[in-house]
Amino acid sequence: MKDTERKQATLEYAQRLGDDAVVLGHRLSEWCSNAPFLEEDLALANTALDFIGRARMYYSYAAELADDGRDEDDFAYLRDQREYRNLLLLELPRGDFAYSMARQFLADVYNLLFLERLMQSSDERLAAIAAKAIKESRYHLRRSRDWMLRLGDGTEESHARLQRAVDDLWGFTHELFEIDALEQALVEQGVAVDTPALRDAWLEQVEQTLAEATLERPADDWAVKGGREGYHTEHLGHLLTEMQALHRAHPGCEW
Amino acid sequence: MEIGDDAWRQRTARRAASALPEVWNLLDEISDPEIPVVSLWDLGILQDVRKEGDTLVVTITPTYCGCPAMTEIEQDIERKLRQAGHEPLRIETRLSPPWSTDMMSPEARQALEGYGIAPPCSACTAGGGQPACPNCGSNETRPVSEFGSTACKALWQCDACQEPFDYFKPI
Repeated sequence: MKDTERKQATLEYAQRLGDDAVVLGHRLSEWCSNAPFLEEDLALANTALDFIGRARMYYSYAAELADDGRDEDDFAYLRDQREYRNLLLLELPRGDFAYSMARQFLADVYNLLFLERLMQSSDERLAAIAAKAIKESRYHLRRSRDWMLRLGDGTEESHARLQRAVDDLWGFTHELFEIDALEQALVEQGVAVDTPALRDAWLEQVEQTLAEATLERPADDWAVKGGREGYHTEHLGHLLTEMQALHRAHPGCEW
Repeated sequence: MEIGDDAWRQRTARRAASALPEVWNLLDEISDPEIPVVSLWDLGILQDVRKEGDTLVVTITPTYCGCPAMTEIEQDIERKLRQAGHEPLRIETRLSPPWSTDMMSPEARQALEGYGIAPPCSACTAGGGQPACPNCGSNETRPVSEFGSTACKALWQCDACQEPFDYFKPI
């Protein structure tokens, strides 16, 4: 891999990770003032901030690599849905509280495993971002796992809602462990995380928590993917419309 | 933990060896916008002060990725140093080593407690104990929520005096 190719691929990779973070951060932020009670409202908003902060770090790095005058805001606010490369799991509408917590738990387990590997990246900047973010992800997982147990092993209603959420989300988790040519090439350079290798550890942790929460582990009989290629659910366009409206109405405005 | 200890030692050593003690002292006057009783130095945000040619370079590190106070902190530093005639000036944000509550000074822990915020308790994360109530000192405390009024704090309540309190999360 030539230096220029590696730089271009790393840019694309940082942008993907930024897309993952900003999309999940936005979904979490939608709970602000809508959560079931005040403490959860604060917790969801704080978690949202962590992810938006992460997105800024990845996008700023992508902007530096691009070196074409774009900044982090250009990456977040001036790309359309086909240019977004986030994982589909993260863009699904927030649903009810059980649904948001189930998604968060599935993503948190993945994030921890992912960041542990990214900390070892040969790319110093990505490794530094990972070392920073993993401290927060440990905290996120503690909380989302706690909610899995409370809701799953809670009332008939909370159990039913959480089981439905896990069933509805399961088919979107397979994409977390896919890898394409770009990431494969970066794995060979020691830059990117070899995500297929994370699946066994992820499954083990998730299955253990599901069992403890008295939930059924869904069957692997359907899978949806396409986010890394820019093929999204119908929901991302709506999310971006809302998230980007202000910036597009006042181009170049900073606050 | 070890990283944090090292980072604290390195930071203290950098300050002690610095040829610019007056700049460090000046920056001691700037406190965290959200916890006004703790200075940037005591909290571990201020990492380094050095000269690159004529340029004064101040290095800071964010507590949390999404800490919304970072811009204000940069502006506070810039204002303070420009007023004192330190120009040209550059403020750098460094991510590595990542900020940890172990970077806090002993003074910061005391100041937090006096302000009504329980300081980080590393032993408490392993489930081995509770932070003491900053109001009455009781150890009969329980978590209410993993997150409090800012990203760096959790919400706890004291069963002895019934007061809710913020707890600075050890990370």
